[in-house]
Amino acid sequence: MDSEIEKPSAPRWTFAAFREGAVAALPILPGLAAFAMAYGIVAARKGLSLADALLMTGTVYAGLTQMVVLETWPSQITLSAGVGIVAITLLVNLRYVLIGTTLRPLLHTSPAYKVYPALYLLGEPNWLLSLRYHANGGRDPNFLVGTCAIMYIVWVLATIPGFWLGAAAGDPRRFGLDMVVPAFFVAMLVPMWKGPRRSLSWIVGGTAAVVVYMLFGGYWYVVAGALAGCIAGAFTDD
Amino acid sequence: MIESDPVGFIALLAAMSAAVYLTRAGGYWLIGRVTIGPRLRRMLNALPGAVIAATIAPILVQGGLRAVLAMGAAAGTMYLWRKDFAAVAAGVAAAAGAFALGL
Repeated sequence: MDSEIEKPSAPRWTFAAFREGAVAALPILPGLAAFAMAYGIVAARKGLSLADALLMTGTVYAGLTQMVVLETWPSQITLSAGVGIVAITLLVNLRYVLIGTTLRPLLHTSPAYKVYPALYLLGEPNWLLSLRYHANGGRDPNFLVGTCAIMYIVWVLATIPGFWLGAAAGDPRRFGLDMVVPAFFVAMLVPMWKGPRRSLSWIVGGTAAVVVYMLFGGYWYVVAGALAGCIAGAFTDD
Repeated sequence: MIESDPVGFIALLAAMSAAVYLTRAGGYWLIGRVTIGPRLRRMLNALPGAVIAATIAPILVQGGLRAVLAMGAAAGTMYLWRKDFAAVAAGVAAAAGAFALGL
């Protein structure tokens, strides 16, 4: 709960802090551009037009979600497919709930009409950079906005060459392009590995997904696997 | 495909964007009102790994030796160098090589 007594005066949102945030995000940009290109490749492979691919990446702006959703993209958008996709979207991004909680110290002295729009482009790197900025004594929330703005621009623009690459490749299996998402996901799992016991949630989630996929096909297997995995995770000690 | 149903596509993007924003703003909004217990925190921590595992496990099972080789190459590269771009490149190269060998 915010206490009125300990609340200092609202910080100014300066351009200097915006620029500081943008500069702090520079080391992230090459990896981000590669990820955005991978998304572009997959979007082209799944039959999206370039405009559709850019529209999705510019509005949803959640890389992992876009990859998972495209991997299960339906050939026709039915209501049930739409509900499944939104459910996957919610699940994949539930981790942002935790991230958002830790930004209270930086943001809670600013008015809601400034804070809530700023949260639209929030991602893990912005969060980590902002926590470090706050730990080092930074108090201007525009730092967060600066990290978000430069990443957003690079993310959207880098999608375009990726799309051209994916569209030009023909049979995706010939160049291994159908393995872009699986390879990327495996690469993301490696640094998260903390021994077999701590990774019980992966094994449970993966097994549940395979079983549901074998039985029903479709796209709900991601939801089923994710739910099974995070319930297993809840009962695993740290 | 998608072009044949632009309204459905836009509606789906709007729903997805709203869902993502709900999670981005939800935690910040919530923490002013309730506390997140250790069990819920562990659940939320386990989610990204579980989602990734649930997405790739059926691909691994279905894709046969070619998928195993591609993901193995990606995992090995990531383990050695910790560069996700190199890992994706290795995985894709392994998959292309396996395809050329007729796997």
